[in-house]
Amino acid sequence: MNTIPKKSFAQKWHVKAIVWTVIVLALFIASCSVTGVDVGVFLTGFNQFMQIFYEMLKPDWSYVPFTVQPIIQTIQMALIGTLIGSIVAVPFSVLAARNIVTNPAIRGIIRFILNLVRTLPDLMLAAIFVAVVGIGPMAGVLTLAIFSFGMISKLFYEAIETIDMGPIEALTAAGATKTQVVWFAVLPQVYNHFLSYFLYTFEINVRASTILGYLGAGGIGELLQRSLGQFRYDRTAIVVIGTFIVVVVVDTLSNQLRERLQ
Amino acid sequence: MQEGTPIIEFKNVNKVYPNGTVGLDNINLTINKGEFVVIVGLSGAGKSTLLRAANRLHDVSDGEILIDGQSIVSAKGKQLREVRRNIAMIFQNFNLVKRSTVEKNILNGRVGYYPTWKTIFGLFSAADKQQAAANLQRVNLGEKLYSRADELSGGQQQRVAIARALMQEPKIMLADEPIASLDPRTTMMVMDDLKKLNEELGITVVVNLHSVSLAKQYASRVVGLRAGKLVYDKQIGDVQDGDFDEIYDGKNQEVKEA
Repeated sequence: MNTIPKKSFAQKWHVKAIVWTVIVLALFIASCSVTGVDVGVFLTGFNQFMQIFYEMLKPDWSYVPFTVQPIIQTIQMALIGTLIGSIVAVPFSVLAARNIVTNPAIRGIIRFILNLVRTLPDLMLAAIFVAVVGIGPMAGVLTLAIFSFGMISKLFYEAIETIDMGPIEALTAAGATKTQVVWFAVLPQVYNHFLSYFLYTFEINVRASTILGYLGAGGIGELLQRSLGQFRYDRTAIVVIGTFIVVVVVDTLSNQLRERLQ
Repeated sequence: MQEGTPIIEFKNVNKVYPNGTVGLDNINLTINKGEFVVIVGLSGAGKSTLLRAANRLHDVSDGEILIDGQSIVSAKGKQLREVRRNIAMIFQNFNLVKRSTVEKNILNGRVGYYPTWKTIFGLFSAADKQQAAANLQRVNLGEKLYSRADELSGGQQQRVAIARALMQEPKIMLADEPIASLDPRTTMMVMDDLKKLNEELGITVVVNLHSVSLAKQYASRVVGLRAGKLVYDKQIGDVQDGDFDEIYDGKNQEVKEA
């Protein structure tokens, strides 16, 4: 006869779940009191938020012509930055791929560099480059180039690790050098991935570069900062709408292109 | 044929994989110029390992392999690439770059004759481009020159691989299960192509096969491997039907791989 095994005390009263809930709640309350976060302030500040939102509902349409040039600059910054970053990423990705470089020391060093680059937040890069090369789009381009480099190199070496090794064997057997093997057997297989990652990073960079301007790194973000500083929320609304349109258009285009690449 | 000049010599060749598996067990084998050697044996008997040791896609643990009198085991860098240049290879999975055109794939067989920078800029000579087209015509696919490799059927891809191999102007052609992924009709075409290279161009051909009947039909000499050991080696005239039982350890079955 079947006997249903008896639940232990801990199982019966869900001791684990209750203990975890209590711990998480305690941590939440403790963090709030340590950092001085008062959830109530958010609720009382909600009126202020509604006030700004209300002003933004009446956009200053005469401001539109002034936003065209910065928006174009934003796109240009994103394009140049992505291009530089992704081209530099190619050799690094090849050297970081497990199936191409069998020497773990070389691969380890390259991957360490790539990880290091990826840990730098783009806003911090922008702040540094504004300090180094001064206010303007150059700082933005450099920031986006390094950010794209970190992102694409990672995506790209993972793509290289999934390729068909057969052509590599064939080229090696034909007496090709390592460089020839990479050029003729590896890169043609990942060319589409590369274009796809380029477009994807470009999308992200368009979004990111709207914020970078806030730090003085060129583009539409500068207008965002200026209008907010002047409490001209009617102009802020125009900037937000413009940014929104650009991001949606770039995303849609890039998605279309990437789907065709599949 | 029996008294020819040696072109591939295996001398006491052993191969033990890092996990302890014995790939090749004291192989001594001399292949002469102009032979059409078929290597038979079960899956895992070491046929692929033997072939890949000959052009050093695999390193051997010890022993010596001479290609045309020159050691490939100790060759390095440029020297190794020049030995490999004379040894063409075709594969079970064709190993074409599927996204590239047939022409590019065929020219890939020629890169060993150029400095790296020239090939990267695509600076292949007009004569080599001409030769690529001619080699494709040789395997009856002349009109596919500018198609992408993945548009072709399996049999066509294997013949493109043969055209690519010919670009090396090889003395030796290694073929690792060249027909295992093909249907019976294209199998015949590919095997006929290999036979023609052997007879018309005098290229030494070494083929791994699962099929005993094909071995008897095309080979001038049959070599058998079992568990990494050389257990059989006879000229085609001396081959008896019962011999294959011995190679396959009492089971004469044509093992087919997926």
